[in-house]
Amino acid sequence: MAAVDDLKFQEFDDAANLLAANPDATTISIDEPEIPKNQHSRLQEPRREEDDELLGTDDSDKTELLAGQKKSAPFWTFEYYQTFFDVDTYQVLDRIKGSVFPVPGKNFVRLYIRSNPDLYGPFWICATLVFTIAVSGNLSNFFIHLGKPTYHYVPQFRKVSIAATAIYAYAWLVPLALWGFLMWRNSKVMNIVSYSFLEIVCVYGYSLFVYIPTAILWIIPEKVVRWVLMIFSLCLSGSVLVMTFWPAVRDDNRRIALATIGTVVLLHALLAVGCLAYFFDAPELDFPAPIIPARNGTTVVTKSL
Amino acid sequence: MAASEGGVDGGPLFAGLADVSISGDIPVEGEITVPVGSRSPDEDYSTLDEPVKDTIMRDLKAVGKKFVHVMYPKKSSALLRDWDLWGPLVLCVSLALMLQGGSADSKDDGGPQFAEVFVIIWFGAVVITLNSKLLGGTISFFQSLCVLGYCIMPLTVAMLVCRLVLLAGSGTISFIIRLIVVVAMFGWSTLASTAFLADSQPPNRKGLVVYPIFLFYFVISWMILTFTPQ
Repeated sequence: MAAVDDLKFQEFDDAANLLAANPDATTISIDEPEIPKNQHSRLQEPRREEDDELLGTDDSDKTELLAGQKKSAPFWTFEYYQTFFDVDTYQVLDRIKGSVFPVPGKNFVRLYIRSNPDLYGPFWICATLVFTIAVSGNLSNFFIHLGKPTYHYVPQFRKVSIAATAIYAYAWLVPLALWGFLMWRNSKVMNIVSYSFLEIVCVYGYSLFVYIPTAILWIIPEKVVRWVLMIFSLCLSGSVLVMTFWPAVRDDNRRIALATIGTVVLLHALLAVGCLAYFFDAPELDFPAPIIPARNGTTVVTKSL
Repeated sequence: MAASEGGVDGGPLFAGLADVSISGDIPVEGEITVPVGSRSPDEDYSTLDEPVKDTIMRDLKAVGKKFVHVMYPKKSSALLRDWDLWGPLVLCVSLALMLQGGSADSKDDGGPQFAEVFVIIWFGAVVITLNSKLLGGTISFFQSLCVLGYCIMPLTVAMLVCRLVLLAGSGTISFIIRLIVVVAMFGWSTLASTAFLADSQPPNRKGLVVYPIFLFYFVISWMILTFTPQ
């Protein structure tokens, strides 16, 4: 009888098979809440996006709606730029925490930015870094030369503008170049993950945060300590960058992918080494005190790392 | 015209004229202008005719009142409502002048030049104001500039004290005195400006707005502390 058959327990097929048989069926899936459902990444199967809309999880709904509504003001109005500062204090602190303690395997952009890139973090982290490097360099030079009789303390204020130029150029031009390069490669190879320009600026800005405590600790006039600190901070911030950009290039030609990642890390290292070399005098070497001009106007400067 | 007198006997005005119509060929005479002697509010703000001393004294009094507000920062809206930039200009120029005469052995390693101090203060204040407006603050552009400029006053006082202390000598003790004074004034400036500006920000972004103010006054304090005379 049909009734008896109906009462027999039926083994349910795998969800995928069921859905393949009946594609329009309503499906529900329960996921852990902290895995972000990001609409950019096309790694997820299309079925998941349906689930998101049906479940109505706040994040996906909001990001879907907001992604459509954000940045709709024309670029000459003030509101357009306000959309780049749409962050709260705890969000900025979370992003900073995520850049200092990178979790292996988790992408910084996916986890923290989530299609809400902000310009607050990059701008003010760069400003803080500029002044931290200038002040720390000045302090460290002061302590190194403290006992010497010919030493006359100078504030070296000109170095602030040099530091500002270097760091802001790095934090804005390198993301521009990287974004252009990724866009170019995207047109040739269909990459699954792609970032907007602001997201790249965001990653670079927040990854520079770890250099702030490093620069403060560089006051310690020991060469070994300084190099250990530099390598440590380079690893931390470099890993944030690598984990962000590896998914964007890994589908490309192997050599190009490795070359891109290598260039990113190399430029990052160059910034750190350059700052250490230029702003912090070497501790042990004995050389005449900086910039005491002789009467005839020539100046003697010797510096080496 | 008899009708203009009030109804003395208690009757309504113009009672007898209910059916009078004025034909077009009766000339109308008399003064049509409104006498200027009325007590309209605009009258009090017409300052064109007052003596110059009054004008200057009024502005000076406003500036002085704001200085007093900075010295005893309470949440008053007087500083915000009637903004002016005279005070910040005077403070900025005097601070930049006092930072001159530093060790100018070579251009590259000396202290900040006049133009650099000026640019840092004004450009820094503009950037902080833009930052607070972009984060959704309700304060107006010039009000914020006014507050930030006036709150430089404690640091200008600190600079004055530092120069006087440096006249006496530049050893360790003078450095410690200068350090204490500058740190105290830096704290005062930051607290004063935060007291005025923090209320106009959305509550979950106060930290984001206060931090750049802290950085701004820190940089100015650093310039003051590292000032060494030739």
